[in-house]
Amino acid sequence: MKHKLTLQQYLILIAVMLTASVGDSLLSKGMEQVGAVDLHHLDKLWHALFNPYVDAGILLLIGFFASYMTALSWADLTFVMPATAFGYVVVALLARFWRHEQLSPYRWAGIVLIVCAVGFVANGPPRTELAEENSAHRELNIMDSGAGR
Amino acid sequence: MSDAHTTLHSWACIGVVAAMAITGECLIAAAMRKLGDLDIIRAKSGMPGAIRAVLSSPMFLLGATCMALNFFAMLFTFSTVELSLAAPATASLTYVGNAVAAKLFLQENVDRRRWLAVVFVCAGVLLLSK
Repeated sequence: MKHKLTLQQYLILIAVMLTASVGDSLLSKGMEQVGAVDLHHLDKLWHALFNPYVDAGILLLIGFFASYMTALSWADLTFVMPATAFGYVVVALLARFWRHEQLSPYRWAGIVLIVCAVGFVANGPPRTELAEENSAHRELNIMDSGAGR
Repeated sequence: MSDAHTTLHSWACIGVVAAMAITGECLIAAAMRKLGDLDIIRAKSGMPGAIRAVLSSPMFLLGATCMALNFFAMLFTFSTVELSLAAPATASLTYVGNAVAAKLFLQENVDRRRWLAVVFVCAGVLLLSK
C-alpha cells in the first residue's frame, strides 16, 4: 500500500469535503429564494438558473464531482467515503455559525463521531495495491532498468 | 394502506436508493482505478484529454447512469417516506454497502480501522439527523 499523500492530494480531499456541503447549502438558500417548485410551476426551475446562489451551488457541485473522481483515481473508495461524510459536519457547522441555528447535543456528538472516523482513515494508507497492479509496476521497473543498461 | 405495507414500501424505496448509490459509486471507483491517476493524465494531455479519458470509459458511463437513477429514486423516496427516516437510513446503508462492495468487488483492503470508520460515520449520521 502507498502511505503518503502529496499536498495536492490533500487539497483535493479538502475540496471533496467542502464543495459538496457548501454547494448543497448554496442550492438550499437559492431554492428558498426561488420558492417551492411543483408540477404546475415547472417554469420556476428555469428562473432558478438565474439565481446567483443556485449558479454558485451548481458550480461547486460540478467541482465536487471532478475532485471526487480525481481522488478515486489514486485512493480507495473506503478511504474517500469518510471525506464525503465530513460534508455533513461542514453543513452542521455552516448551520450553526452562518445561519445561527442551534445544534442539539446529539448533533455535536454526531459531528465528533464523523471527525473521529475521518481521523481513523486519514491515518492509514489511501490505496490498496492489487496483485495485477504490482506485477505491472514490476514489469515497468524491469523495462526501465533494461533501458538504463 | 396497512402499517406493514407502508413500512415495506418505505424500506423498499430506501433499499433501491442505497443499491443504486452503491452500484454507481463502485463502478465509478473501478473506472477511475483502471484509468489511473487523473492528475498525471491531466499533466500529459491537459484537461480536455482527462475529460475524454473519463467519458470514454463504459464503466464510468454505467456508474454515472446509476448515480442519475439514484438521484431520481431519492427524489421519489423523499416525497413518499419521512425525511427523518429516509435521509439517515439511505446514507448509513450506502456507507455500509460501499464498504462491503469495495471489499468484495474492488478487492480493497478494508481493515479494522476502515470498518470502525464506517460504524462511526453511520452512528454520526444517525445522531446528526436527530
